[in-house]
Amino acid sequence: MSEGLVTVSYLGAIILFVLTLGGLSHQETARKGNIYGMIGMTIAVLATVFGPEVTNNIHLIIIAMLIGGSIGITLARKVDMTQMPELVAILHSLVGLAAVLVGYVNFMDETITFPTDIEKAIHQVEIYIGVLIGAVTFSGSVIAFGKLSGLIGGSPLILPARHWLNLVLLILSIWIGYEFVQHAETGDAMTYLLIMTVIALLFGIHMVMAIGGADMPVVVSMLNSYSGWAASATGFMLSNDLLIVVGALVGSSGAILSYIMCRAMNRNFISVIAGGFGTDTGTVTAGDAEDQGEVVPIETDEVTSLLQNAKEVMIIPGYGMAVAQAQHTVNEITKVLRDKKVNVRFGIHPVAGRMPGHMNVLLAEAKVPYDIVFEMDEINDDFPSIDVSIIIGANDIVNPSAQEDPNSPIAGMPVLECWKGTTTIVLKRSMATGYAGVQNPLFFKENTRMYFGDAKESLDAVLKELQ
Amino acid sequence: MKIGVPSEVHTGEKRVATTPEVIKFIQKLGYNVAVESGAGKKANFSDKAYQDSGAEIISDTKALWNSSDIILKVRAPEKHPALNIDESDLLKPGQTLISFIWPAQNESLMKKLAEKNINVLAMDSIPRISRAQKMDALSSMANIAGYRAIVEASHHFGRFFTGQITAAGKVPPAKVLVIGAGVAGLAAIGAANSLGAIVRSFDTRPEVKEQVESMGAEFLLLDFEEDGSGEGGYAKTMSDEFIAAEMALFADQAKDVDIIVTTALIPGKPAPKLITKDMVNSMKDGSVIVDLASEQGGNCELTVPHEVNVTDNGVTIIGYSDLPSRLPTQSSQLYGTNLRHLLTDMTPEKDGKMIIDMEDEAVRGATVIKEGQITWPPPPPKLSAAPAKKVIEPTPVVASEEPKRPTLLRQSLPLIIGALILYGLGSVAPSSFMTHFTVFVLSCFVGYMVIWNVTAALHTPLMSVTNAVSSIIIIGALIQISSSGTLLVALAFIGILITSINISGGFAVTRRMLEMFRK
Repeated sequence: MSEGLVTVSYLGAIILFVLTLGGLSHQETARKGNIYGMIGMTIAVLATVFGPEVTNNIHLIIIAMLIGGSIGITLARKVDMTQMPELVAILHSLVGLAAVLVGYVNFMDETITFPTDIEKAIHQVEIYIGVLIGAVTFSGSVIAFGKLSGLIGGSPLILPARHWLNLVLLILSIWIGYEFVQHAETGDAMTYLLIMTVIALLFGIHMVMAIGGADMPVVVSMLNSYSGWAASATGFMLSNDLLIVVGALVGSSGAILSYIMCRAMNRNFISVIAGGFGTDTGTVTAGDAEDQGEVVPIETDEVTSLLQNAKEVMIIPGYGMAVAQAQHTVNEITKVLRDKKVNVRFGIHPVAGRMPGHMNVLLAEAKVPYDIVFEMDEINDDFPSIDVSIIIGANDIVNPSAQEDPNSPIAGMPVLECWKGTTTIVLKRSMATGYAGVQNPLFFKENTRMYFGDAKESLDAVLKELQ
Repeated sequence: MKIGVPSEVHTGEKRVATTPEVIKFIQKLGYNVAVESGAGKKANFSDKAYQDSGAEIISDTKALWNSSDIILKVRAPEKHPALNIDESDLLKPGQTLISFIWPAQNESLMKKLAEKNINVLAMDSIPRISRAQKMDALSSMANIAGYRAIVEASHHFGRFFTGQITAAGKVPPAKVLVIGAGVAGLAAIGAANSLGAIVRSFDTRPEVKEQVESMGAEFLLLDFEEDGSGEGGYAKTMSDEFIAAEMALFADQAKDVDIIVTTALIPGKPAPKLITKDMVNSMKDGSVIVDLASEQGGNCELTVPHEVNVTDNGVTIIGYSDLPSRLPTQSSQLYGTNLRHLLTDMTPEKDGKMIIDMEDEAVRGATVIKEGQITWPPPPPKLSAAPAKKVIEPTPVVASEEPKRPTLLRQSLPLIIGALILYGLGSVAPSSFMTHFTVFVLSCFVGYMVIWNVTAALHTPLMSVTNAVSSIIIIGALIQISSSGTLLVALAFIGILITSINISGGFAVTRRMLEMFRK
C-alpha cells in the first residue's frame, strides 16, 4: 500500500471517528455511530499494517492483537453496569501506558534522523510531553480505578502544603525537560526521561488521591481528556496527523465533560483538581448543626399509598441506588405505576453517580425507557406539579441550602428542586450527611418523609405491596 | 406495663382512644393492651377486630380500670352513667391517665385527679413544636372538624357547592368564607374547594396567606398593617382599629357569601365575636354559618352551643361542638395514632416501661400532673411551630459583590497572550511542525463543536467510545514493531497488546451499553 493510499485511509478513518462522536447526539443514532468507530479503527489499523512503515514482525502484531482483543471483549462482556466507572478508569490507564511505551520506543530508536537541530529539539520536546501526559494519565487512572472499586478509601488524602508540592513537581518537570533536551545531543538523556516519568507518576497519584468520591465524575472525564492529549502528543512525535486529530477530538471531548461536571457543581475546574473538597470546607457547617426540627419517618404501606394516589411521580436516583443495585426494582415499580396511568419520570442531576451519565446507563440497564429519563434542566420547572418525588440514595444534589444559604459550601450549585412538589420521599440508610458534609434541610421540610433502610430492600417491599 | 382503653361515657361521644391498627404498634413497644368490651362499637371497630390484633377484651369496666397501669381515653374523666360513680374515682395511685383534660377550664377536675396521686398527660397540652406535631391531637381533631364543618354546611345548604351549566339551567357556585386559617380552617377550605365552591378566607396572621392560597382559596387582605401572630403559632388579640376594619370586611362579605365557617380562637380566652346579629340578618335566606368556636362561646352572636338553630331570615347556624366525634372511625384512628406517637416517645427502650421524662419538651408540656403534683402550666415552649418571625434586615448591598464588568483588556488578555505564544512558536518552529499544529487546533474545534451536541444521557457511552478511539495510539506501536532491537520490539508488542484490549473492550462495552437504551 502506497503512502498516498495510507493517507487517504487515515482521512477516511478521521471522518468516521467524527461521525462516531456526532452519532452520540441521540440514542437512536448512537449505535450506528459506534459501528462507524469500529470501521474507522479497522481501516486505520489495516492501512498501517499494510502500509510502507510496517516491514516485519507481522506475526507479533497478530498475536498481540488477538490476545489483547480477547481480553478486551471478555472484560466488556463481564463487567457490571455499576462497575462502568472502574472499567473506564482502568482502560484510560492503558492508553496512558501505551503513550509512555510509544514515547520510550521512539526515543530509543536511533534510526530516526532530522534535517535540522531545531526539528530534533522539537521532536525531543514532543517525546517528553507525550511521556509526561501518558504517565500522569496512567498513574492517575490506576488510582481512580482503586478509589472507584473501593480498593483505596474514597476520602481525599490531604498532604500538608499540597499546592506547593504540585507546583514544585511542575517546575521540576519543566527543568528536567530543559535538561533532557540539552543532553539529548550527547545521548545520555535517558536518565532524565526516567526521572521525569517517576515524577509524572507521583504527580498523577497525588492528584487523584486528593480528590474525594463525589468529585469522581470530574476526575474520570478529566483523565478521559488526558488520554486524548496523550494520543495527540504521540501524533506530534510520530508526525502522524491521524493520531493528532483523534487525540484532539478525544481530548476536547473529555475537557467539555469535565467542564459540564464542574458547572453542575458550581465549582471551577482548578478547585476540583486542587482537591480536598468536603474536608476543609464541610466540617465548618456540619459542626453547627442547629436544631432543624424533626424528620418524619414513613412506613412501607404509607409509601405505597402515596404512590398509588399520585398522578405525577418523579424519581431522583443518586449514587446510593448504584450501591444498593436497586435499579431493577426501580424499573419494576415504574412499570407497575405506569400501568396504573401514573406519569413516572426520572430526574437526573449531571453529577449523580461516579461518572458522567452513570445513572442513565444504570437505568438503561434496568430497561427503563430513555424517553422518561430527563436531565435536570428539562424537568426542574415541573416540580410544583409533581405529587410524589422519590429520592433514592442522593443527598447533595437535592439540597435546598444550595439555593437558600449563601454560606453553604455547596451554595450556587444547581439542584433538583424536589421540595416544590407535594410530597418528597427520601430513601436513606441513616441521617448521615452527604458527601459535602452539609446537613440537608430537605429532610426537615414539612412535606418530606424519610423512609429509612437499605434502598433495595425498601423498594422491594414497596414493589411487593404495589403488586 | 398494661394499657387499658375504656369506653367513652360522654353522651354522644363515638370516638375511642385506640384502634386495632394502632394496637399492633403499641404492642411492638412492649405493652399489653386491654380494651373494654364494646369500646369501639360506635367507631366501627368490633371487639373481634381488637381481639385479632392481640388485645384483651374486658367487659367489666371496674376490672379494666383496676388492672391497667396506663389508661388511654378521649374525654376527660366524668360521671359514669352506668356505674353511677365518677370515672376519676376508678383511678388508683400510681396509674397514668392520658386523655384530653383541658386543665385551664377544669380546675376542680385537676385538683381531684391530683389527690389520686397519679400521673396525668393532657393531649390538649402537647406543645406546638415541630417535633411534637405527630402527637398533636388538637391539630388532628381540628382537621376533622374543619372537614366535617363543610359536610354539615352542605347538608343544611339547599344548593350545590359547585357551579354547573345544565340543560335545566345554570347553577352558580356557592361562595364560602372561612374565618381563621388554622388547621380546621385550612381543612374546611380544602373540603369546600374540592366540592367546587368559591372559597375566601381571612386570618389575622398574614403569614398564612400562602397556605390559604395553596389550599385553593382567595386570601382576603385588610388595608391595615398589623401582625396577629402570637406564640406557638396561635393568634393573639388585635387592636381596636384592626377589629373595626376586620368587622367592616366581614359585614361586606356577609352580604355576598352563602356559607361562613368560623374557626377563630385565641388560646385561654372566650372566642371573639366576629359575626354580629346585623351581619346574620344581612345574609341571604338559606345561608349557613358553621361556628367551630361554639364551645368557647362562639364567633357568631346568635350561635347556640351544641345545637343547630335557624334565624328568622332563614340562616342556619350550626353550633355543634362534637364535629370530630361525628366522623368517629377517622378521628379514633388519628387520635390513636397521636397517642401511639406519644407512647413511642415515652418508651425509648421499647420494653413496655413508660418513662415520664420532664426534660423532653413534648412530654413535659403534656404532663399536667406528675405523681400527684400539678405541673401545669408548663414553662413556655422554646420553639414555635411557625418559626418566630425574624426581623429581615435589608441585605447591605456590597459593592464588590456586584459582578464586575470585565474590562476590554481583561477580556482580550488571554487572546493576546495566546496570539503572542503562537507567534513566537511560528517564528521558530519549522513548517512541518506548523502543519501538524494547524491540524491539531482545527481538530480541537471540530471536537468542541461535535461534543456539545452529545446528549447528557449518553455521557458514559461517550467516555467509553472516546476511550476506544483514543487507542488509535496503536498506530504508533504498530509502526514501531518493525524497529530493530529486541527491547524496542518487546515494548511495541506490549503497546499493541494493551491498546488492543482498549479498542476491543471500549467498542464492545459501548455497544453493550447502547443496546440497553430502549424507548
